[in-house]
Amino acid sequence: MHLTGNYAVAWAVKLSRVKVVSAYPITPQTTIVEKISEFVESGMMDAKIVRVESEHSALATVFGAASSGVRAFTATSSHGLMYMYEMVWWSAGARVPIVMAIVTRTIGAPWNIWSDHSDFMSQRDTGWLMMFAEHNQEVLDSVIQLFRISEDPRVYLPGMIALDAFILSHTTEPVDIPDQSLVDSFLPGRRQPYTFKSGDPITMGNLPSNPRDNMRMRWDVHKSLVAAKKVITEVDREWSKLTGRSYGGLIECYMCSDAKYFIIGAGAWVGDMREAVDMLRSEGYEVGLIKLRFVRPFPVEELAEVMRGGKGAIVFDRSVSAGSAGPLYLDTVAHLGALNVEVPVKNVIAGIAGVDVTYNDIAGVVRSFIEEIESKGVVSNYVEWYFR
Amino acid sequence: MSEISHILPLSKPKEGISRTGTWRLKKPVIDHSKCVKCMMCWLHCPESTIDVVESSDKFVEVNYDFCKGCGVCANVCPVKAISMVPEG
Repeated sequence: MHLTGNYAVAWAVKLSRVKVVSAYPITPQTTIVEKISEFVESGMMDAKIVRVESEHSALATVFGAASSGVRAFTATSSHGLMYMYEMVWWSAGARVPIVMAIVTRTIGAPWNIWSDHSDFMSQRDTGWLMMFAEHNQEVLDSVIQLFRISEDPRVYLPGMIALDAFILSHTTEPVDIPDQSLVDSFLPGRRQPYTFKSGDPITMGNLPSNPRDNMRMRWDVHKSLVAAKKVITEVDREWSKLTGRSYGGLIECYMCSDAKYFIIGAGAWVGDMREAVDMLRSEGYEVGLIKLRFVRPFPVEELAEVMRGGKGAIVFDRSVSAGSAGPLYLDTVAHLGALNVEVPVKNVIAGIAGVDVTYNDIAGVVRSFIEEIESKGVVSNYVEWYFR
Repeated sequence: MSEISHILPLSKPKEGISRTGTWRLKKPVIDHSKCVKCMMCWLHCPESTIDVVESSDKFVEVNYDFCKGCGVCANVCPVKAISMVPEG
């Protein structure tokens, strides 16, 4: 079938047998929940849609529903996600499995509906599983996988998936929709660490008698995210057995085996990076691409293994921690340094506020980077803002 | 796969240790002969200090260890079976 990214999300939610959906409309997310409403209204999906007055309430509703034992889903973008921020922390701290789709959109001021990753990347300290999709098939497959990962007893954390505004959300691509029976065999019944039931009162989130317990809870969130790496790899392998589609788990490498230079990126523009690699390879550059599929947990060892022995890498960030550098770059260099992978890494901040970036732009940046390293041995401008 | 144990922010509710009944200026006294068992007092008590006991001589009773004497129960009782009596 031909689906937009948003409809691919809706189909995945339906196939995952989600029982409660709550969301507040915001461009470019709206058509996800519109499609789900259509499924529910026409009797194709057995779920309850809860209309709310804000995104804060949307996530609170989904969090409450999930706490009482059902699969629950929400979706938002940009300012909606900002409004949700408090509940994003609460649902991770409470260890309640939830899946949320973020159709990435830049944040004001000024008002702007186009894609960058500022909204999504601003959630990176919350304790959620965080993944990017490159195309609409990966969107559909990943939403289903995310329910499975999120509900794994080794993880028990909520997960969010980023799909780029319009580039994926409103662009139609051929997407294979798996059979319900296939998804049922892949997704076991709902699992979660505790369930609110009448007659068995428990309190979640009460003041801890000792803050040391609280610190250990936060440590447990971190440990579980690290433990999720194994789960993510297993889930990717199992999905691949069922459908023939694998995305490499945490990272996917393209033309990396003999590469000396690496392009690192996440999201829809990874597709353009593939084109850039092909173009540069045809010109004789030994370039490979590392697609970051998950950014939380951050694939530290996986990156180090691929990059060890390389001559240089560029991390493309579609968001920026203003006053420092791009968040993907910061994570990459911090961990590579600690693991003694001594590869010069440059950060290119591009595509902010929805500025279009083509494979020609990417290839051009990589070409000058390689030429600078080969001729001078150093990177002069290691955090570059790329304006078109 | 063995069940993994996580450190969760959960607690089991139990009766409070702070006896808020000492705050009371007036206490609700129920005339059980007037009570129509509507449970309005039980429903409205902001501190859940009214228990449904369903014994032979009374349907509800007030837990005076925690009742703060706000008077909501007396106010909502449709048959005026609850009076607020000054504490001695």
